[in-house]
Amino acid sequence: MSKQLATKFGEILFKNPVVPASGTFGFGREYEAYYDLEKLGGLCSKGLTLEPKPGNSGIRLWETPAGLMNSIGLENPGIDAFIEKEWPHLKELDTVTVVNVGGKDEESYLQAIEKLNAIEVKLIELNISCPNVKAGGMAYGMKAKTAGDITKKVVKLSNHPVMVKLSPNGDSVADIAKACEESGALGISLINTVQGMAIDYKKKAVVFDNLYAGLSGPAVKPIALRMTHQVCQAVKIPVMGMGGISTWEDALEFIMAGATCIQVGTMNFVNPLAPLDIIDGLQAYCEKEGLANIAEVRGIF
Amino acid sequence: MAVVLSNEFVSRGICRMTVAFKGDVLPGQFFMLRAWDKDPLLSRPISVHDYEDGKLTFLYQVVGKGTEMLSRLTPQSDVTLQGPLGNGFPRITGDLCVVGGGIGIAPLYYLVKNYRKHNPDGKCRVYLGFRDVAYGVEDFEQAADEVNLDIGGIITDQLQVASGEVVVTCGPEVMMKSVAKVVPAENRVYVSLEAHMACGIGACLGCTCATKYGNRKVCQDGPVFLRDEVFYV
Ligand SMILES: Cc1cc2nc3c(=O)[nH]c(=O)nc-3n(C[C@H](O)[C@H](O)[C@H](O)COP(=O)(O)OP(=O)(O)OC[C@H]3O[C@@H](n4cnc5c(N)ncnc54)[C@H](O)[C@@H]3O)c2cc1C
Ligand SMILES: Cc1cc2nc3c(=O)[nH]c(=O)nc-3n(C[C@H](O)[C@H](O)[C@H](O)COP(=O)(O)O)c2cc1C
Ligand code: FES
Repeated sequence: MSKQLATKFGEILFKNPVVPASGTFGFGREYEAYYDLEKLGGLCSKGLTLEPKPGNSGIRLWETPAGLMNSIGLENPGIDAFIEKEWPHLKELDTVTVVNVGGKDEESYLQAIEKLNAIEVKLIELNISCPNVKAGGMAYGMKAKTAGDITKKVVKLSNHPVMVKLSPNGDSVADIAKACEESGALGISLINTVQGMAIDYKKKAVVFDNLYAGLSGPAVKPIALRMTHQVCQAVKIPVMGMGGISTWEDALEFIMAGATCIQVGTMNFVNPLAPLDIIDGLQAYCEKEGLANIAEVRGIF
Repeated sequence: MAVVLSNEFVSRGICRMTVAFKGDVLPGQFFMLRAWDKDPLLSRPISVHDYEDGKLTFLYQVVGKGTEMLSRLTPQSDVTLQGPLGNGFPRITGDLCVVGGGIGIAPLYYLVKNYRKHNPDGKCRVYLGFRDVAYGVEDFEQAADEVNLDIGGIITDQLQVASGEVVVTCGPEVMMKSVAKVVPAENRVYVSLEAHMACGIGACLGCTCATKYGNRKVCQDGPVFLRDEVFYV
């Protein structure tokens, strides 16, 4: 393990601060053909819900300048199938598997969380920020009050540490993050995708059946960096920053803004080896700057 | 990274690019291509048009920024290839009938050539439909027993499928659906689908299509499906 990159997120040890983001990495298998997943600090599962979900109809992807809009709609096999089919493989990996959980209402979040109590998850990422589902999803993440309430209930029920994933689309992220901290969250991750819209003028039609969709990729980076900084200023719990990270330099900027770990999303599609390139780049940076650990440059603004 | 060996327009807006590549490549598979940094962001899915002796060929239509940039690559320049991806066409025994529309002919040439290699005695008939200008026809004429051409009409108007022929089609969705409709139920029909893709490897769920067996990923479970799997009949 690299001494310079080893990172503690709360009490959880990550080999390095680089974690592929939920929904961009499946359950890891697809990328195993490209590299050894144990090189990663961790990885986030696709967003899981209590019941299997078929996801949204119609076009699901739309490219924009330096960005990607998606309307996947949390297609996933459901918690039970995950525990049965994916977990046996993931749990053997020597890396932190973060399990991302979504829901349509309080009951479905809590039942999903309860089922996860049966397995040894190191960290849950509570997704209250998906802009692509009609019920639940982002609704809980728009206001400090609702975010705090659901976090409190989930933390109480769960045997595992809970990190809450925030949306850039609601009230002040700093306020929402504080409410989650007060409700017992171990950490915060942000940002989920930025809600956007696409119109096909030639067809005189909206592109997405669900009308709006989520924007990610380099286009959102400055917004994500600013929000990561605001949250890091507002809370004491650790933060995983993400949004448009495509190079080790981007990753370093998020760490300088205060992020303990960083997640890589859309860039996995552009370059399947992106997380490894980022790890190597951060390692070389530490060596060049003579840092004992990357933490020396964390939160310097 | 692969090296471009040649890249030329063969018709208006249609380019043929050959690159050096070593590996096992099946007809119907595709590659994700890029020859730029992060603008455009995503790689472009392009089917294998031909593969022989370490030379991989793509036939593509220039429709937007990505394909436009590909069309400007000169010999000796680098292109990033990810693949081969997808399931490809199954190995076909028995007689083959291929129906291609427009740039949908791209993956069919390697299929026909490969079929000929493995079925020296099999019969291979081809229908090609184009809106205004035909291209690539001579290649098919060399590899197939029969080539039927249609320009500006509706290819399914002349399509006659013999009993026992396996039908493979690729082209605009409306054309594939009408092929699926007119071919008798006893014939097996394979369709090659398109979908917007981000990862090309099954990780993003952006290319999902509904099938009889539930959602499938066009990039990983396809792009080739049986017509009744994907509700084309
Ligand atoms: C499995 C598969 C195989 C393909 N094989 C070929 C081939 O052999 N020859 C060929 O000419 N074309 C092929 N296509 C279509 C080709 O991928 C698109 O024409 C190309 O991506 C357009 O990119 P652009 O930047 O020029 O166009 P733009 O319209 O600027 O592209 C914008 C975005 O939409 C996507 N997109 C646009 N049209 C399509 C489309 N028809 N299918 C999927 N995504 C699209 C692009 O990838 C890009 O992300 C294939 C598509 C798929 C899914
Ligand atoms: C195709 C796609 C699917 C996603 N699915 C999920 C998901 O299931 N759960 C979730 O919390 N975030 C999901 N996200 C959001 C990402 O995890 C990440 O927050 C966002 O894309 C910003 O990071 P990026 O710019 O590096 O991609 C998805 C993003 C994309 C592009
Ligand atoms: S393109 Fe990502 S799953 Fe098919």
